[in-house]
Amino acid sequence: MIPRHLILGAVVMILLALGMSFYAWHMRGRASQPEAASTQAVAPPASGPTEAVTLYVAYDDGGVLRAQAARIPLPAGRQERAEELLRALLNIYLDKSSPHLLGAGSEIRDVYLVDPGLAVIDLNAAFADGHRSGVLIEELTVASLVETLATNIPGITRAKILVDGKERDTLAGHLDLTNFYDVAAFSQLALQLQNTR
Amino acid sequence: MRVALAVLLTIAAVVLLSGSSEDKRVSIYSTIANYSLPIVERPQVDYVGLLEVLEPLGTVSARTNKDQWRLRYNDAEAEFTANKRAARVRNTNFDLSANFILEGGRGLVPLADLSSLLSRILGGPVTFNPRSRRLFIGSVGIHFTAQISNTTPTTLIMNFSSPVNPAIATEPGKLHMTFIHDPVVASSSPKLTFSSTAITSASFLENNGEAEVVITSTVPVLASFSNNGRTITVGPPPPAAAVTAVPRVLPAAPGLALAPAPPASTAAPASGALHYFAVVDASHGGEERGAALTEQMAEKDVTLAFARLLRQELNNRGLRTLLVRDADTSLTLDQRAAMTNAAAPVIYVCVHAASQETGVRLYTGLSPSGGENVGPFRDWDAAQSPFLTLSDAVATSVAAALHAKQISVRTLTAPLRPLNNITSAAIAIEIAPPSGDVSQLNSAAYQQPIAAAVAAGVADARDKLQVTRE
Repeated sequence: MIPRHLILGAVVMILLALGMSFYAWHMRGRASQPEAASTQAVAPPASGPTEAVTLYVAYDDGGVLRAQAARIPLPAGRQERAEELLRALLNIYLDKSSPHLLGAGSEIRDVYLVDPGLAVIDLNAAFADGHRSGVLIEELTVASLVETLATNIPGITRAKILVDGKERDTLAGHLDLTNFYDVAAFSQLALQLQNTR
Repeated sequence: MRVALAVLLTIAAVVLLSGSSEDKRVSIYSTIANYSLPIVERPQVDYVGLLEVLEPLGTVSARTNKDQWRLRYNDAEAEFTANKRAARVRNTNFDLSANFILEGGRGLVPLADLSSLLSRILGGPVTFNPRSRRLFIGSVGIHFTAQISNTTPTTLIMNFSSPVNPAIATEPGKLHMTFIHDPVVASSSPKLTFSSTAITSASFLENNGEAEVVITSTVPVLASFSNNGRTITVGPPPPAAAVTAVPRVLPAAPGLALAPAPPASTAAPASGALHYFAVVDASHGGEERGAALTEQMAEKDVTLAFARLLRQELNNRGLRTLLVRDADTSLTLDQRAAMTNAAAPVIYVCVHAASQETGVRLYTGLSPSGGENVGPFRDWDAAQSPFLTLSDAVATSVAAALHAKQISVRTLTAPLRPLNNITSAAIAIEIAPPSGDVSQLNSAAYQQPIAAAVAAGVADARDKLQVTRE
C-alpha cells in the first residue's frame, strides 16, 4: 500500500510539470512573434518634417533612368537616411503601377556607410531571386540604387551590393555584383541611361 | 559499452564505403533517344527496371496481378512471374539467367538478359557490351577517325559520323573527352599512336555507361568544335605571350578547354599559328540557361544561334573567328575569359539576348573601383581597363554599321563579366526582339542582318584595331 502523502506528492509534481510545460510553450509562441514581424517591409516614417531629395527611377518603357524630385521624411543619422532613401525608391518599384516592377517581397535589408566613402547595400534574397534577367533590366535597377544614394548622401565614392549579407556573382545572371562600383563611373552610366539612344 | 562502440563503428564504415562507391549505370542508345538508367544491385546479380528501359522508346504499360507482371510495348506482350526464371515474350518461352524481381509493382530483369529481351520485344538487333554497360539498339554507333595534320603546329583532327557533345576535362599532359550521351564506338584500334612529338596518342576507353577518349600530349592542347559538332580539333593554343592576366581559377569544363602541359615539359606552342582575329562568346549554356525569353526559348539557345551566324559573317570577311562554345556546354565566366585571353584575339564579342525593349544594345566594360595593374601583371577584375578606348572605338564602328542598316542600336557601359577580364578590345551585344515580338528573337531572318552589320562594323574597325595591336 502506497502511503497517502506520497500519492499526493506525486500528483502535485505531475500538475507542476504540466503547468511548467504549458508556460514554456506559451512563452515560446510569444518569443517567435517579433521574428515573424521582422520579415515585413519597413515603411519610411509616415510623419515628421520632409526633405527634398532626388530619386533616380528606372523606367522599363524606353529603358531609361529619370531623375525625380520627391519629398520624404528622413531621419537624422547618415546611415538611416541612406536606408530610408532606398526604401522610398523601393516603394515606387513595388507599387502596382510601377514603371520598373521588382519581384514581390523585395527589400533593402541594410545600408552600411563605411569610411572612407564606401556604401554597402544589402538586398534580401527575394530582391535578387525575383529580379528579371537581362543586361539592361538589371543595370537599370543597380544604377537607380547607386545613383540615388550617391546624389543624396554626400561623400560616397564606392558602392557594393550584397544579397542576404553575402557576395553574389550577378543580380539575375548578368550584372556583376562581385566588385566595388566606382560611383563616378556610375554617374556617367546614369547619364547614358537618361538618354533613350 | 564496447559492443555499442563496435556497432557504431561498423555503421560508420558501411555508410562511408557505400557513399564512396560510384553508382552503377547502363547507357542505352537508339535512334529515338540516348539515356542512362541506374542499376539495381542484388547479391551477385545486377538488375534493371524493364519498364524504365522501354518508356523512352515507345508506348509501354505494365500491370501487376499477384505474382504476375504483364508488360505491353506497342504490339508486343511479355509476362513475368516474381521469383521465377521462366517468362513469355511475344507468346514464346524465355528463360532469364536469374529470377525476375517484382518490387512495388516495378519489374526488374537481370542486366545480362537485357540485350536478348529487348531484341525479342523490339524485334530488331541489339548489341550490349556488358563490361562497359553500353547497349546499342540498331546501328546507332558513332564512329570517328583521328588524324594528325601536316600543318604547323601539329593538330589532331577527329571527325565523327554524327555530332557529338563530350565533356572535356584536362590534367597535365592529358585531355579527356567523356561521351555520356553519345554512342561513340571505338575505331579499329582502342589505342592510336601518332608519330607527332606534340600529340602522341589517343586512347578509347569505356566504363559504367560512358565512353572516353584520352589524348596524350607533351604540350598544352586545346579542343575546339566545328562542323556542327562533327569535328573536334585538338592542338596547341594560339600564342599567349602577351597575356599576363591570371584568372582566379581555371577548372576543366566541357566545350573549349585548355590542357596544361605536363610539369616536366619544356615545349612551348609555336608562335604565329592558329591566330584568331575575333573570339565570339555565346553567353550562358548547359544548365545555366540565362533569361527565360519565353516559356520555350532560353537565352543560351538564342546566343548560340547568333554566335554561329556572327562567326560565319566574320569568316566571310576574312576575319578568322573562334567560338568560345559551339555546343550546349557550361563554362564559368573565368573560363571564358581565360580561354579568350589565351587565344589573344584582336576583338572579343560577347552575345546576350533579352526580351525587354527592341533592337540591339552594345556594351563596353565599366571597370570596377580599385584594381591596379602592376608591371606586366594585370589585375583580373580590371584587365579590360587599358583596352577601353579601343573597345569604345569598336562599339562606335559597330553602332554605325547597325544604323546604316536601319537597325535600332544603343551604346552603353556596363559592369559585366567576363568583359572586364578580357585583355583585348571587347564588346557585348544584347539582342532584343523586333517591336516586342519575342518569338522572332531566335529566327535566322531576324538575326542574320544584325550579325552581318556587327561583322561589318568589326571589319570597319580592323585597321584601327590592328595598328594599335602592332
